[in-house]
Amino acid sequence: MFIWLTIVTALRILQRNQLRAGLTLLGIVIGVAAVIAMVSIGEGAKQAVQKQIASIGTNVIMIWPSATRVGGVRGAQGSAVTLTVADAMELKKKVPLLTETGWSMKNVTQIVHGNRNCNSPVYGVSTSYLHIRDWRLSSGGPFTQTDMDSAALVAILGQTVVNEIFEPGEEPLGALIRINNVPLRVIGVLSPKGQSLYGSDQDDVVVIPFSTAERKVLGTMFLGSVGGVYVSTGRVDDLQEATEEIRQVMRARHRIKGEEPDDFTIRTQVEIGMVQEETSETLTVMLMVIACVSLLVGGIGIMNILLVSVTERTREIGIRMAVGAKRVHIMMQFLIEAMTLGVVGGLIGIACGILAARLTTIIAGWPTIISTDAVVVAFIFSVVVGLFFGLYPANKAARLNPIEALRYE
Amino acid sequence: MWKVYRVGDVEVQALRGLSLSIDQGEFVAIMGSSGSGKSTLMNILGCLDQPSRGHYWLNGIDTGSLRPDQLAEIRNQQIGFVFQSFNLIPRTSALENTQLPLFYRGLSVREQRALAVAALQRVGLHGREGHSPTQLSGGQQQRVAIARALVATPSLLLADEPTGNLDTQSSREIMDILSALNQEGMTVILVTHEHDVAAFASREIIIKDGQIQSDRVTKGHVHATEG
Repeated sequence: MFIWLTIVTALRILQRNQLRAGLTLLGIVIGVAAVIAMVSIGEGAKQAVQKQIASIGTNVIMIWPSATRVGGVRGAQGSAVTLTVADAMELKKKVPLLTETGWSMKNVTQIVHGNRNCNSPVYGVSTSYLHIRDWRLSSGGPFTQTDMDSAALVAILGQTVVNEIFEPGEEPLGALIRINNVPLRVIGVLSPKGQSLYGSDQDDVVVIPFSTAERKVLGTMFLGSVGGVYVSTGRVDDLQEATEEIRQVMRARHRIKGEEPDDFTIRTQVEIGMVQEETSETLTVMLMVIACVSLLVGGIGIMNILLVSVTERTREIGIRMAVGAKRVHIMMQFLIEAMTLGVVGGLIGIACGILAARLTTIIAGWPTIISTDAVVVAFIFSVVVGLFFGLYPANKAARLNPIEALRYE
Repeated sequence: MWKVYRVGDVEVQALRGLSLSIDQGEFVAIMGSSGSGKSTLMNILGCLDQPSRGHYWLNGIDTGSLRPDQLAEIRNQQIGFVFQSFNLIPRTSALENTQLPLFYRGLSVREQRALAVAALQRVGLHGREGHSPTQLSGGQQQRVAIARALVATPSLLLADEPTGNLDTQSSREIMDILSALNQEGMTVILVTHEHDVAAFASREIIIKDGQIQSDRVTKGHVHATEG
């Protein structure tokens, strides 16, 4: 009862000084709005990264040959040709955690159709490759085992390549294209994947059977050498264990002894994604710090205005004490006033924060996710800030001497 | 009710071995020039202050040993204040000002309201419950202050120069109300330096240099009934 009436009183007092209360609120509003907006943007970025990881397949492990070392000179990543189809087959046999095994070779070359052409990466892949990479077709069909065995002259195009070498509206399926002067029939179009984590266009690609690439289109230095091996595990949780097993098998196969470094590199999508996530988390933490500083400043604003209010209302406090208000009553009155400032500021801040996040999505096109946790935490924080910074002025008011307070002009 | 009371302050000896006892139902006027110590005496009588030496018994309770919150409770339950400068809370309606002691007593809103309306009616301010202090004349403000003092049905009403800021007509009205309250059994202690105001009281105490100079019984009630 008492508390309720005190809240009503506090609200009325704030209403009397609307401008002052409004300016006091501003600090809290900005702080809370900043927290909400920042967390929303951060969460949105995180989600986007996770989506990109998922677009490659979260449970995929990639194995690349390491760089060549000739004397002291280290070649580019993958310049060694130590990884082979046989390696992949061995992994399939010896690592039971793996559900699928695929491999690919890659070369950037010219693709021609009619009088149009483009330079794009051409991948020679095993049949399981597209499935491991979770790459669906938007039209046409995948390679068959027969295509693979017979090194059939067929190709599946990425959306970017289709846009480059076909006239708008022209049907790519069944069309003939030439790669390195070898004619290939288009049997499928990949559904768009968008940019990779590194910003490269994942749709700028042509996929052909591995055997076709090796024997007829791209050629190879050693038969059976591959650019990369891609394997997938049944569950994401198995990635770690599978990675370790793959390393053991590969080291044994490549006769790498003791302390010698691997001649291959193993990566999982989760690892790659983690780096990105860390970056966005660092950003979020930084922005949170800024938001907290803003809340702190807001809190000091509340304290300042309450101190003014205590001085201004010294006489009123004296009257209240004279008619029987105990210290706790006076204390409560100012604390509730402070908390009300916090609550109102928090609520307005939350509204502004959500609005800011939405505007960011609309104007800048960044994905944002309003996190309920952030809203709740920001709200509680603003109330606590109000309470904390209200304590000193409230205590000051409660400790006033009633006689002096009554005489105060 | 009786009290023996002494304050010895090192720097300013506002009260020097003043001893006084006031019975229930008395109407006492305390007079004296400024600086005589009458305000200090009022503060102690009103439990706003405590004597630095000596004792003050209010209804048998030695207030000297009480903590601030206990004093607040006594003020709330047993004492009503009327000040020279009215001391109403600004921008707050007459009704809410009157409710204030009941609010701190923890009564329900309905009870507070009913009692406050009755108290305002008692001082002749029926229909002005919603007015804020600035919308009321000085006399009306003081009547709100009296309503606030009597709403808690205190045993002691302390009036510190209640007519100091008022014209003769308003003063007369205020004093009539105080007299009437006294006749209903409320102890009224009045501080004033106007003799015609003091004349309403039945006992006149003159204080000088923190000591009682004279203490005599008058026939104050006659005036009140005439008014």
